[in-house]
Amino acid sequence: MPVQIIHQRFRAFTTQLGEIFQLLVEALRSLHQQRPSGKDFLYQLQFIGVKSQSVVITTGAATGMVLCAQTFLQFHKVKMDTATGAVVSIGMSSELGPVLAALMLTGRVGAAMTAELGTMKVTEQIDALRTLAAHPVDTLVVPRFLALLASAPLLTAQSVVVGIISSWLVGVHLLGIDSAYYLVNMTRYTDPSDVLTGLIKSVVFGAIIAVVSCYKGLTCQGGAEGVGKATTEAVVVASISILITNFFLTLFLSRVFYP
Amino acid sequence: MIEVRDVTKSFGTQQVLRGVSLDIQRGEAVVIIGRSGGGKSILLKHLIGLLQPDSGVVRVDGEDITAMNERSLLRVRRKYGMLFQMAALFDSLTVEENVGFVLRRQGLESETEIRRRIAEALEMVELPGIGHKMPSELSGGMRKRVGLARAIVYRPEIVLYDEPTTGLDPIAADNIDRLIRRVWETLHVTSIAVTHDMKSARTISNRILMLHEGRIYSEGPTSEMLESTDPVIYRFVNGISTPQKPQ
Repeated sequence: MPVQIIHQRFRAFTTQLGEIFQLLVEALRSLHQQRPSGKDFLYQLQFIGVKSQSVVITTGAATGMVLCAQTFLQFHKVKMDTATGAVVSIGMSSELGPVLAALMLTGRVGAAMTAELGTMKVTEQIDALRTLAAHPVDTLVVPRFLALLASAPLLTAQSVVVGIISSWLVGVHLLGIDSAYYLVNMTRYTDPSDVLTGLIKSVVFGAIIAVVSCYKGLTCQGGAEGVGKATTEAVVVASISILITNFFLTLFLSRVFYP
Repeated sequence: MIEVRDVTKSFGTQQVLRGVSLDIQRGEAVVIIGRSGGGKSILLKHLIGLLQPDSGVVRVDGEDITAMNERSLLRVRRKYGMLFQMAALFDSLTVEENVGFVLRRQGLESETEIRRRIAEALEMVELPGIGHKMPSELSGGMRKRVGLARAIVYRPEIVLYDEPTTGLDPIAADNIDRLIRRVWETLHVTSIAVTHDMKSARTISNRILMLHEGRIYSEGPTSEMLESTDPVIYRFVNGISTPQKPQ
């Protein structure tokens, strides 16, 4: 019996994975075949990009400060205080910045997208859209997908910059690290490829959030309970996908930039 | 115009449609009656390709829509307008944006012409001047009328109605029935409704099909069906829950 359950769950998982991939292909095909609605794109850009700034900035600032303090406390023991800036900068640019910004976007934007599309599904608004000869992927998925692809790297960059500035404030003004050494070491050891790695990751994470959240919304079933379940699943699946993808992207991009 | 042959549909272990076959000619006003949960709305959704059958064929003007993908179906769906049971208005758009959704998406006409056609559609459903309102500000009857305006604004050939009077008080229901009748008479559309409201069926149809146990049990002109002495039809039309022979 347990083998049967494992088999059923594995089958459900692979089916879902296939359907998510199909949705991605359909969105890319739609982008290739027709021009998306500018109005819908701008609306989503405002909701996803502009309105997520406070969350992402707070996350970046908090992470930068904590990372600086923790790094300093360890490095101070071996008299390497001035290397703190470099560690924070590299860590924020290539790993923590994109991952944490993406996780915050999943919670704020992904959940909202699934809840909105899920509600549209259970109230037959998506069927209504289809009867009005509008493809749900063209109308609902593509503007969100594009807005996330555009917003995610910008928000990540914002988060990283704020994180580095906050770490400098904490390191120099609170922990007493020499500002000149802090900045020199930071710029010396931070490679442009670190920044590029973070930005590439953020685009991939943006795509994951958009496709997973839209998929969960469009396939939502039942009433309010179904919408709640779909929203939870979207956040869990997107978050786990981001963390797993991050590991493989780190391996892949390090091979690309440091062959 | 619409041809359905041996359509079956199951959800899990429950078989809802068990070989439905029917024909609907251009310009007819047809009502499909049957018990709640009997698959009427499911059948209606098959007619427009919102659901695909497990087996069987649905042809619209000779084209088999069961063999089409979602993108090809968009072309066929331009022939249709549909009023949903709960109206299914887009709640993030105003009434005016809901009604003009298709016209603006097609982008074939000037904004002035689009506004004129929206106003005309709202006038037809007796709701002029409410274009600025949000769907949440409307009553159930008003939502249905806006849904009807959205379904007819682009002059479809076929209009589908899913339980058009469900959840409305008798006066609002009668109002919707009159509008459906008027749309059929003035726009010369093919009108297909599913309902279990016999008063509504009498007003809006010239032919009735009865769906019973997953199949079309009987069909005929409205007056004949409503006066039928067949026990199944008689019980349903007269709302009799216990088996009883017609007088």
